[in-house]
Amino acid sequence: MLERLGLMPPQASTVAGQVDLLYAFLLLVSAFFSILIAGAVIGLSIKYRRRPGEFVRTPHIHGSTALEIAWSIIPFGITMIMFFWGAHLFITLKRPPDNALQVNVVGRQWMWKVQHLEGRREINELHVPLGRPVKVTLTSEDVIHSFYVPAFRIKQDAVPGRYTTTWFEATKIGSYHLFCAEYCGTVHSGMIGQVVVMEPAAYQAWLAGDGADGATAGAAGGISVTATGEGLFGQLGCATCHQAGSVLGPQLAGLPGTSVTLQDGSSIKADDDYLRESILNPQAKLVKGFAPVMPTFKGQVSEEQLLALIAYIKSLGSSAGGAPGTTPAGSGGPDAGQRKTDS
Amino acid sequence: MTSTTNYLNADYGIWSWLLTKDHKRIAILYLISITFMFVLGGLFALMLRLELLTPAGDLLAADTYNKFFTMHGIIMVFFFLVPSIPAVLGNFLIPMMIGARDLAFPRLNLASWYIYIFGAAFTLYAVVTGGVDTGWTFYTPYSTAVANTKVIPAALGIFISGFSSILTGLNFIVTIHRMRAPGLTWFRLPLFIWAHYATSIIFILGTPVIAITVLLLAVERSFHFGIFDPALGGDPILFQHLFWFYSHPAVYIMILPSMGIISELITCFSRKVIFGYGFIAISSLAIAVLGFLVWGHHLFLSGQSVYASLIFSVLSFLVAIPSAVKVFNWTATLYKGSVEFAAPMIYALGFIGLFTIGGLTGLFLATLGFDVHVHDTYFVVAHFHYIMVGGALMGYLGGIHFWWPKMTGRMYPEWPARIAAAIVFLGFNLTFFPQFIAGYLGMPRRYHMYPPEFQVLNVMSTAGATILGVGYLLPLIYLMWSLRYGKVAPANPWGATGLEWQTPSPPPTENFPVTPIVTEEAYAYSTMREPEYV
Amino acid sequence: MSDHAAHSYQHQFDSAEHQHSAAQLGMWVFIAQEILFFGGLFLAYTVYRYAYPTAFAQASHHLDVTLGCFNTAVLIGSSLTMALAVHGAQLGQRWTQVIFLVLTMVLGAVFLGVKAVEYGHKFHEHLVPGPNFLFDGDVRHAQIFFSLYFVMTGLHALHMIIGIGILAVLTFQAARGAFGVGYYSPVELTGLYWHFVDIIWIFLFPLLYLIGRH
Repeated sequence: MLERLGLMPPQASTVAGQVDLLYAFLLLVSAFFSILIAGAVIGLSIKYRRRPGEFVRTPHIHGSTALEIAWSIIPFGITMIMFFWGAHLFITLKRPPDNALQVNVVGRQWMWKVQHLEGRREINELHVPLGRPVKVTLTSEDVIHSFYVPAFRIKQDAVPGRYTTTWFEATKIGSYHLFCAEYCGTVHSGMIGQVVVMEPAAYQAWLAGDGADGATAGAAGGISVTATGEGLFGQLGCATCHQAGSVLGPQLAGLPGTSVTLQDGSSIKADDDYLRESILNPQAKLVKGFAPVMPTFKGQVSEEQLLALIAYIKSLGSSAGGAPGTTPAGSGGPDAGQRKTDS
Repeated sequence: MTSTTNYLNADYGIWSWLLTKDHKRIAILYLISITFMFVLGGLFALMLRLELLTPAGDLLAADTYNKFFTMHGIIMVFFFLVPSIPAVLGNFLIPMMIGARDLAFPRLNLASWYIYIFGAAFTLYAVVTGGVDTGWTFYTPYSTAVANTKVIPAALGIFISGFSSILTGLNFIVTIHRMRAPGLTWFRLPLFIWAHYATSIIFILGTPVIAITVLLLAVERSFHFGIFDPALGGDPILFQHLFWFYSHPAVYIMILPSMGIISELITCFSRKVIFGYGFIAISSLAIAVLGFLVWGHHLFLSGQSVYASLIFSVLSFLVAIPSAVKVFNWTATLYKGSVEFAAPMIYALGFIGLFTIGGLTGLFLATLGFDVHVHDTYFVVAHFHYIMVGGALMGYLGGIHFWWPKMTGRMYPEWPARIAAAIVFLGFNLTFFPQFIAGYLGMPRRYHMYPPEFQVLNVMSTAGATILGVGYLLPLIYLMWSLRYGKVAPANPWGATGLEWQTPSPPPTENFPVTPIVTEEAYAYSTMREPEYV
Repeated sequence: MSDHAAHSYQHQFDSAEHQHSAAQLGMWVFIAQEILFFGGLFLAYTVYRYAYPTAFAQASHHLDVTLGCFNTAVLIGSSLTMALAVHGAQLGQRWTQVIFLVLTMVLGAVFLGVKAVEYGHKFHEHLVPGPNFLFDGDVRHAQIFFSLYFVMTGLHALHMIIGIGILAVLTFQAARGAFGVGYYSPVELTGLYWHFVDIIWIFLFPLLYLIGRH
């Protein structure tokens, strides 16, 4: 109802209703206390108003420790309810389900570049199927942006130099606003687009190259992200050092998600950020037992290409292959093999 | 004009003002400078609201709009809200309220004003030679590597003015510790003093961090060291942590002094002792301390770990409790009081309502699952304007009116003042309440054009802003008018307790010819004899 | 504590003792603020060192430990001479004060001279962050180390220069007999400031020069 009055965005995701319910609780508590305070202030100041020329010797009411304790403890209790409810919802928002579809989004001044794993690319639009969780891996090519879909009640900053993630499951067919929500320069307010939620069958058709909806840019069909990564892997000569049995570079198959020992003896998890950094700045986190001979690929690979390489590296260790045009659950995405999102 | 010598007529000539060591004259110097900065910041706001009347970006070019919201923020935060109450009312009143002849370090006080002016000059230089467009938050790498506007002069202006704050805070702390009149124990101090003491702790411990942060920003931008630039191995989120480590406590710098004023106004205009003195005093300290622990709530969506976000969320709820305690105590003070609706009291009562709404919406933002949706939207803009304009600024205006007779020897005209206060209250709510709705609807902040469904709310907001502007213009006019035509004020026109009211209006330069000895607790209205009214 | 009663004091105070007590508190508050000022830099250092320990250790090895040690000794020595100057002021010993104030300034100048030499070396070794920065290893995070090195030691050096300036003024006043049993707070408070600047260096030295050295 509030939506029809233009006071709330559409509820188009599984969490939207939960966020709205929490909002309703917060509004109710706030309305209660606001009315209580406003009522008390207005009521008391009118009831005890000074008549013209009157002099009243007011009673010396110092205070009341009991009241102070009460009106500290009760608000504390209420705020803790708010905290736990909000924290619980937040943790849900931060934990994409294991079977989520993977989409890569790279923000740059002033557009959103969307890459579906099967190969389809979009600019400022994101087509997704109804009723299927979608996990978005975000980064930026330049400054900090923020990926915001009000109808889904989700938002996540896209930070240059690292990956962040968010996820949603759309529950309503339609087209919804996509906004950039972190000031990023001249056309910040123009860095907007649409998330288009389609029936699953229509989505599959769209993925395969049916350009019936007309509005999307980018190659229809196209090669998968993993295949792009494989191509780059060869083109950039990665296989020269990173092959089985080589002493020049560590084995990459099965590496993502495992623990790596560095030169100084410390361990680190080989997550997406580690893989990305090692391509761009190999000396930063050198693996123990290897010489610093890897050249840097900074300036030679774009953020999308980095995502493709990471996807390929992950596919080396996984057993499921997957034909182009389908996305086997859990594989092929930059976070395959990883249970948790960035923490 | 008074026939006796007071601080205003003790000496004449521009140099007697520009080289003064009298805290009261320094307060007036600050009053003039910050009023100028407020008007400038307000003009930028007016332009923003005019642009936002229509969904298209048709009044201002995108870059111009971006510069205007940046400069509105920088000027209002660093050159109006942070200094206003401490530098004007704090400077004027702290020595008087504690029975001292001046602050501990009068020359340092004058230096603080000059440093403020120097910092403002750098910032104004940035404004007139092309502007800054990074947002007042200067997030990297946009501000260090991409923006091609006057970032460095603006950053240096903030760096310099920071030292003005630090020295003022230092002066206040030493003054309150060392210069209290005999018999004036800590728990007999006016709550205005407690509020400024807590604020000064934040000045001292928080401001240096923003200073080093903007210094690093300027160094990074000049030499591209890479400290905050991911392309050079740096971390842009480190900048956010450093920035907000000060900028969150800064909001308590902006509100605590105003809360101190409210305690003074509520007691005087209910003619009643404050309810819960000790709790209000200690709650100011609690806010200052807890305020340093919550900065990460600005980074919930930055990619920060879930665990960090959980901790910052809990702490953010905790910091709300002492503020709530104050609101309850002020309300309880009205019970069985004798309430007069003078203009300062209208501002005070308005403060309680608006601060309550602002504070409650802060709880919304501390609620993690909710913040995801409204972070960086107009919901946040509405929240902080409720606190800073509905809270801090209303308190400032209430205080200016309340102590106007003491500072100038003149009464302001009561009915125009009451009407102006009502106009401010109504205009304020019309400006900012629709923004809560626009934010939840999804309108991001810092947008110069927007989808049409947000227009109605924006038009309401702009209409409100116009009314608010009129509300602010009125005091500017009648306060100036009162300097010549206002009724001559007696020493204590309000019949208020407090040492400052024991001196003539305006006071002599040395405040107290004989140091008073304090034997009563604060707000001893119940034992006061019947005062003379104006 | 000695007797200040005889000396004159500013009008807002009730006695010279009152003025001294306020001035002391003021200097401690100022030092608290300075700790937070440097604190931001120490935080940045901690964050990057924790994330890139290898780069920081490698970069740190390019600093000259001998010169760093020498400078540490010089600065500690200057704190000793400063303390002796304060003592001389408290006892009203004019030439003791002057000699030790001058010695403090000299040692401070030696420190700055050595720093200038070190900076010169870094310039020639292409270790000044910027377009000419060269490093064999993780060049980006080594550059961050050196950025922090120059900003932290540069800020410290600026504080020393200001300190030497204040000492010069004090020396001049001391030579004219301004300080004695009844009034020595400017010397005492400058001493506090000087000791603080020394302590900052005591932290900077191991953090910057001694990473990974055994």
